Amino acid sequence: MRTISFDGVIVGGGGAGMRAALQLAQSGYKTAVISKVFPTRSHTVSAQGGITCAIASADPQDDWRWHMYDTVKGSDYIGDQDAIEYMCSVGPEAIFELEHMGLPFSRTEEGRIYQRPFGGQSKNYGEGGQAARTCAAADRTGHALLHTLYQNNIKNETVFFNEWFAVDLVKNQDGAVVGVIAICIETGETVYVKSKATVFATGGAGRIYASTTNAHINTGDGMGMALRAGVPAQDMEMWQFHPTGIYGAGTLVTEGCRGEGGYLINKDGERFMERYAPNAKDLAGRDVVARSMVLEILEGRGCGPNGDHVKLKLDHLGEEVLESRLPGICELSRTFAHVDPVKEPIPVVPTCHYMMGGIPTNVHGQALTVDADGNDAVIPGLYACGEVACVSVHGANRLGGNSLLDLVVFGRASGLFIEKSLREGIELRDASQTDIEAAGERLNALNERESGEQVAPLRRELQEIMQNHFGVFRTGEFMREGIAKLADLRGRVENVALADRSSAFNTSRIECLELQNLFETAEATAIVAEARDESRGAHAREDFTERDDENWLCHSLYHSENKKVSKRGVNFTPNTVETFQPKARSY
Amino acid sequence: MLQVSLYRYNPETDDAPFMQDFSVETDGKDLMVLDVLELIKAEHDGSVTYRRSCREGVCGSDGLNMNGKNGLACITPLSETVKGDKLVIRPLPGLPVIRDLVVDMSLFYAQYEKVQPYLQNPTPAPAIERLQTPEERAQLDGLYECILCACCSTSCPSFWWNPDRFVGPAGLLQAYRFLADSRDTATEDRLSKLDDPFSVFRCHGIQNCVNVCPKGLNPTKAIGHIRTMLLNRAT
Repeated sequence: MRTISFDGVIVGGGGAGMRAALQLAQSGYKTAVISKVFPTRSHTVSAQGGITCAIASADPQDDWRWHMYDTVKGSDYIGDQDAIEYMCSVGPEAIFELEHMGLPFSRTEEGRIYQRPFGGQSKNYGEGGQAARTCAAADRTGHALLHTLYQNNIKNETVFFNEWFAVDLVKNQDGAVVGVIAICIETGETVYVKSKATVFATGGAGRIYASTTNAHINTGDGMGMALRAGVPAQDMEMWQFHPTGIYGAGTLVTEGCRGEGGYLINKDGERFMERYAPNAKDLAGRDVVARSMVLEILEGRGCGPNGDHVKLKLDHLGEEVLESRLPGICELSRTFAHVDPVKEPIPVVPTCHYMMGGIPTNVHGQALTVDADGNDAVIPGLYACGEVACVSVHGANRLGGNSLLDLVVFGRASGLFIEKSLREGIELRDASQTDIEAAGERLNALNERESGEQVAPLRRELQEIMQNHFGVFRTGEFMREGIAKLADLRGRVENVALADRSSAFNTSRIECLELQNLFETAEATAIVAEARDESRGAHAREDFTERDDENWLCHSLYHSENKKVSKRGVNFTPNTVETFQPKARSY
Repeated sequence: MLQVSLYRYNPETDDAPFMQDFSVETDGKDLMVLDVLELIKAEHDGSVTYRRSCREGVCGSDGLNMNGKNGLACITPLSETVKGDKLVIRPLPGLPVIRDLVVDMSLFYAQYEKVQPYLQNPTPAPAIERLQTPEERAQLDGLYECILCACCSTSCPSFWWNPDRFVGPAGLLQAYRFLADSRDTATEDRLSKLDDPFSVFRCHGIQNCVNVCPKGLNPTKAIGHIRTMLLNRAT
């Protein structure tokens, strides 16, 4: 196996990966991005409504501390306050950098960046009414951001391994991460990509569910690799169901629609969010809105012949507003819902959208585990940022517009920290031949297997289990059934068979490897969801309906080696502001 | 039953490409072409090879030639492309085929990189954003939305002939996106790099690019603007 060496290797070419890569490439260190798709095909491209940040354009008095308050509250108090403080305070600098790079933000009459209201936003620590804090490029903010980052990586001559797939982590005798095994999809060549710093920016895993806003490629590759390497996973029970996925298709309709004045209606045409969240109404936290929608449907007020969805009303905003502020939504709605939002409401249903959990990290992107005494310990050589990381700024529920900010701020922070570490000198022992071969075992087993089940039906089965047993509302008994089904599925997924043995652009091989990553992510989700016997944020238990701060005001940690769940403390000590104390969360 | 005729080529086993037929049960649904490909791969032949990612028309992975017209498989419903019950799917024309429906896009990306598709402005940036009026920003509408799917450039006869020297509609659309940006100061440098007989002037206004763009963009119009800027500069 050939070895290629770099100072820093970033796995994933979405927003987080390309922001980290840009930072490192600018510093002159030998940097490579491994991306299984051409970078602008990454899922960041699908982000619509915007990037939330207190840049004080819509409101000159705006304050990052208000944004911090909203984010802590949105997280249902298990977001780490030092990390949220860092994100919200560094945010404006990171946004202005993007603008200077050329990101085509929409503009105000004053020529500043346009900001729109999003869910869970307030002024003056919840006391000053709705804020407008989400910076937008029409409703194509993710596209604009991703392309801008790619363009600036071209400018800075980052090395891209496009359409290469990272298979597994290589660890040395000390347990430090020293690179990955990767396949060139076009030729089938497998190489050892050696690196002093390996950054996972592999995104989410929404494809563990049957109905998701996520791209086909969101298969939890970083989670799979991490869990197989014994890295713990944090808060994996926390999955965001976005209130407005297009009914039937799953494609996303931005929260920005409600920010611009749209609202949800049931079959009677009632604006039902007024009952569930009298103040914020349709701009309550996403978890709150999604649950309210499901309750409307369960109580018989859903729309359509099966009463299984609700509708998003936009027509009252007028054609001009819709075509200028929400042009992409008009396009998607016409294509996938066969509905023109200028005239009719869009059928929508809560749809799996975002993984709040992930690889635990500190604010520098360093991956963490726990030592024998239960203290945090850095995993040498491994970093994570973006959706695959759990730093944790989103806790039990992410606010809309905070994912793009998360990936830019922590992609940048990882790059900055690695640059500093490289300058100070990173000494990791080389992997032995045995270490490298160990990382190649899964791939070899797949290549050599003669029989087994096909990937598509196995994937479908996995997705149905997760959809049915671990959805918006959860109960212990039903989750335990789901866990038993997953246990049965594991061996079959491990023995998935190749439908194609070619070395040229073999997507069957990639799908098999992805399926195994999906499975690891799903199993972690299932086991931790069953363990957290309370309701918090996106995790809503029918058998434990209340938040239980006495026992669960903490992160969950999943340990793949023994499938056990432990608890990890939440950070309540920001550096420059007072702690935001947990209180009842209402909108 | 939908009759799908699929372009197949595996460089390891096939001397030449061939068309393979599949009968696909659509249950009368107006599926997207990508759904049909997913059905074929899942239920008929797992070795069928194509690219896909977002499945909602924003990532640009699945540009294909469907019944003779370039477009994105994920947002092309059967009702729009199928005549009778026949669907012929080929890779985007004019680029080397790697396997089945997957083409080598290196030449396409090289032309994109050639236009220096990033903002250039050496003046020190302010502490906040550079200001831009809504009118100035509106100049970028219809330009920045490009998803690099290559449907346009691979439908352009001029690009087929000179893919190494004619920048092509996608690249030129991005060239104009930066020429039109009030924040960019490299206009003269950008124009001088395009000022040769091939880069821009091989566009003959055929407008295939406009007809196929899945995002409804108009590269021909952008090329017209560049042409005017080049001619004004010459006089």
